[in-house]
Amino acid sequence: MLNYSLTQLGAAMRAKKISSIELTKSYLDRISKLNPQLNAFITLNPEVSLAQARAADARLAAGNAEPLTGIPIAQKDIFCAKGWLTTCGSKMLHNFVSPYDAHVISQFNNAGAVNLGKTNMDEFAMGSSNETSHYGPVKNPWDTARVPGGSSGGTAAAVAARLCAAATGTDTGGSIRQPAALCGISGLKPTYGVVSRYGMIAFASSLDQAGPMGRNAEDLALLLNTMAGFDERDSTSLQRDKEDYTRDLNKPLNGLRIGLPKEFFAEGMGADVAKAIDAAIAEYKKLGATVVDISLPNSRLSVPVYYVLAPAEASSNLSRFDGVRYGYRAPEYGDLADMYEKSRAQGFGAEVKRRIMIGTYVLSHGYYDAYYLQAQKIRRLIAQDFTEAYKQCDVIMGPTSPSTAFKLGEKGDDPVQMYLSDIYTIAVNLAGLPGMSIPCGFGANDMPVGLQIIGNYFDEARMLNVAHQYQLATDWHSRAPQGL
Amino acid sequence: MILYCARFDKALSPFMSLSLADVEKVARLARLAMNDEELKAAQSQLNNIFGLIAEMQAVDTKGIVPMSHAQDVAQRLREDKVTETNQREAFQAIAPQVEMGLYLVPQVIE
Amino acid sequence: MTWEIVIGLEVHTQLSTNTKIFSGASTEFGAAPNTQADAVSIALPGVLPVLNKGAVERAIKFGLATGSHIAQRSVFARKNYFYPDLPKGYQISQFDLPVVGQGALTIQVEPLSGNAKPYEKTVRITRAHLEEDAGKSVHGDSQGVTGIDLNRAGTPLLEIVSEPDMNSAAEAVAYAKALHSLVRWIGISDGNMQEGSFRCDVNVSVRKPGQPLGTRREIKNLNSFKFMQQAIDYEVQWQIDTIENGGKVHQATILFNPDTGETRAMRSKEDAHDYRYFPDPDLLPLEISSEWIERVRETLPELPQAKQARYVNDLGLSAYDASILTASREMADFFEAALGGATGQAKICANWIIGEVSAQLNRDGLDMTQCPITAQQLGGMLQRIADNTISNSGAKEVFRTMWAEGGTADAIIEAKGLKQVSDSGAIEALVDEIIASNADKVAEYRSGKDKLFGFFVGLAMKASKGKANPAQLNDVLKKKLAG
Repeated sequence: MLNYSLTQLGAAMRAKKISSIELTKSYLDRISKLNPQLNAFITLNPEVSLAQARAADARLAAGNAEPLTGIPIAQKDIFCAKGWLTTCGSKMLHNFVSPYDAHVISQFNNAGAVNLGKTNMDEFAMGSSNETSHYGPVKNPWDTARVPGGSSGGTAAAVAARLCAAATGTDTGGSIRQPAALCGISGLKPTYGVVSRYGMIAFASSLDQAGPMGRNAEDLALLLNTMAGFDERDSTSLQRDKEDYTRDLNKPLNGLRIGLPKEFFAEGMGADVAKAIDAAIAEYKKLGATVVDISLPNSRLSVPVYYVLAPAEASSNLSRFDGVRYGYRAPEYGDLADMYEKSRAQGFGAEVKRRIMIGTYVLSHGYYDAYYLQAQKIRRLIAQDFTEAYKQCDVIMGPTSPSTAFKLGEKGDDPVQMYLSDIYTIAVNLAGLPGMSIPCGFGANDMPVGLQIIGNYFDEARMLNVAHQYQLATDWHSRAPQGL
Repeated sequence: MILYCARFDKALSPFMSLSLADVEKVARLARLAMNDEELKAAQSQLNNIFGLIAEMQAVDTKGIVPMSHAQDVAQRLREDKVTETNQREAFQAIAPQVEMGLYLVPQVIE
Repeated sequence: MTWEIVIGLEVHTQLSTNTKIFSGASTEFGAAPNTQADAVSIALPGVLPVLNKGAVERAIKFGLATGSHIAQRSVFARKNYFYPDLPKGYQISQFDLPVVGQGALTIQVEPLSGNAKPYEKTVRITRAHLEEDAGKSVHGDSQGVTGIDLNRAGTPLLEIVSEPDMNSAAEAVAYAKALHSLVRWIGISDGNMQEGSFRCDVNVSVRKPGQPLGTRREIKNLNSFKFMQQAIDYEVQWQIDTIENGGKVHQATILFNPDTGETRAMRSKEDAHDYRYFPDPDLLPLEISSEWIERVRETLPELPQAKQARYVNDLGLSAYDASILTASREMADFFEAALGGATGQAKICANWIIGEVSAQLNRDGLDMTQCPITAQQLGGMLQRIADNTISNSGAKEVFRTMWAEGGTADAIIEAKGLKQVSDSGAIEALVDEIIASNADKVAEYRSGKDKLFGFFVGLAMKASKGKANPAQLNDVLKKKLAG
């Protein structure tokens, strides 16, 4: 049952082959056995989870269950969940028991899903390896000496190690897609505005999006059905007709035009990754797709643009963490300024402080035009490149990450090296487009390789179709780490 | 992609480095306490990162409209009706220091 | 050595919406601390702002009332700084693209001293923008701590910025008063200065005529017109003295101490704030259609200026009287209701309101909204003056009684027998009687003792028990005494 899809699990529960309580208990058992090695979870509340499972079983018995009713789902610790410790991977929120539910959490609660626990993540979502968490790094289940990717590293590891049926992540510069690639699972970042950000602790407001992470595209579609939708409490949440993201899963791919940006296939990508990606493209051709060479000329600037815009927004978003109304307050301080400075210096980790400093600097007097404004202009150019490209193709593909999972501590001293892990994913956030990663093979050190699929605005259903057809023809997504 | 990797060498970067005074000023603006050691470390790390950013500045963006939002949509308006109830007890249960319903901070002198 | 004073005002007016600008928490005044501080108001992690339609509507009203440009697209920006009453560590305001642009306000200025007459002046408005108010600091009993109440955090504000067009404390106060009156007039703010609904920051500088602008200092948070005048006077003198003694005026934020009457610079720690403004990514651009502007325009009442012009041109009032009557909508409404269709009585009606009614309100410590007599009651009394039923002294007594005990003019006139006698036959008979009974005095009068006229008036009044129509009596007496 660990390898069941969500649809299969739902069917099993409805057929009374297993109850939600049994399912939840078995995951909680597995977590207690394996989490010490992986550190994928920060908080568990077994009693609460089981109470939800009980309620789900009642719904199943009454016959008013939804597809996700009774399904144990792990939630990235960036979503405020009422009554749950919500840390965002930071010491700053080490004692923050949220008094309210994020919209995403409410959606899952209403669907009758079970909150299995809060997963580990890079502190305040800033990182690409899950090594900046105050609660310790997460280990990649395929090789526990290696990183799972980040910032949704805990979620990716939990899914890969079958510690949950499915899970949620968030993606600002690749934080769903890159860990999905490094852990050999599937993950999707929706079009900006499709999933409400209310209750999702903000990193970079104009880039953040929540999305599903799981073992296959079909599962992602079901999760997205529950997560997506208008929320009046989020001004950036879009009012659109409700979609069923499973509707196109089974469409054949004949005539699909896949754009391959030359910039994504230049130097910088490991040969092992290139090999797996090429094989995936070949598979797509077999499925009836054609390949189009395209160019995204301004994408080469995505990393510098991102490292101006994201820290700028973050430096402002994180100003509310001041030790006054909640969260960490320094045990000793003098006057007010001292309280602020010490609480924040002690509460935030090094990477977060670095980014706050960058953000503060690029917004400061005299530098705004040269940095922030310039970056926003180039962002428009990057978005326009995609719009142009979609005139010639339906989806865009390429590697998710330039390399497979690196070793823990390998990129420790040089933040810039870490930032380069996101070179293929960042442009997608800047444009606000939807993006996915699905496993497509193995590379160096027998570690998973991820194929990135980028869609046009609101084209999630097609992307899921493209992923699903590939997953019907291949079995990379069914592989699991040995010994777990 | 390797094309701009070479530019991370500070010597080639057109970016003007941050001085220690700059770093100190930024830390103060951001309310982050830093000792001298930390300031120095921050300075070299930040300068490296700004080396990364530098290439962006040379691009000609005349006439390009800055992109603040992914979608070209206008702000939705809320009806002027009360929807929130008093949740002081719940909210202050997690506060570091409260008294008589007020959040307490070290005295603020104008 | 004449100095030119240059003054600009920034006024923060709280908008009279039911809820906060970015959340559905109540804005009612006087609630227990933090009982109206919702998740958005206390900036919990993960919360987001959504804009209040009522706040935007009020901004549009203001723009229309001052003939200002209303931006069809405006942007919210974050103003970043740390302070305990600012929970997010930034204030959501507007920077580059405010909702209201250039406009103007024409004011009547009463010089504060000397014999100069009141005059008119137009003060240009640079812009007005929407933003959120901060919470309140409460300095309590506990030593070394300050208490923070976030009930006020998130209340909508309209910040109204004027050009530095004012050149005296009198002009600044007149502008502030006119603005105060206007925001209450159009119903966008209750303008309650004691409760902090209307706060003025005054930028003051001095220069020699023809020289570039001097360095300005900003007097913050003045919430009374009297204090504003005192503060400006003190500050102007301070700046002049400083310069004349060879010193320099440095830019500073200053506070006025009403007890000492002095201004002093705030304990400002470091250099000028770097607010690092940038467009708020949680909010989208505000779009206001011309259709919406027109719908709002239809809901605007007749504005003070238009009313004043009408009072002067159609009702024959003086500009001064018109400006007093239009100082508040309540007074203007009262005047118009009391007048009704009897436009010929406009002057008398105006006099009674500006005179007796205002004086009584003052004496009793009431404002127009608490007036114990209705416009109808006053109107009724005015009619009885106009149709000669009562004399002026009779009217005074009617008014006094009406104010203290209530009742219509007619009822009081009846009850107190205040009907004056205007029947010419009765008056002639009365005068004949008096002349007949006072022959010697009549003779004295006719031989030149004019002062005796009052004697006869007194007798007539006594005989008529005060009810003789004084004007008529005078005429008849004069005629008959002349012989």
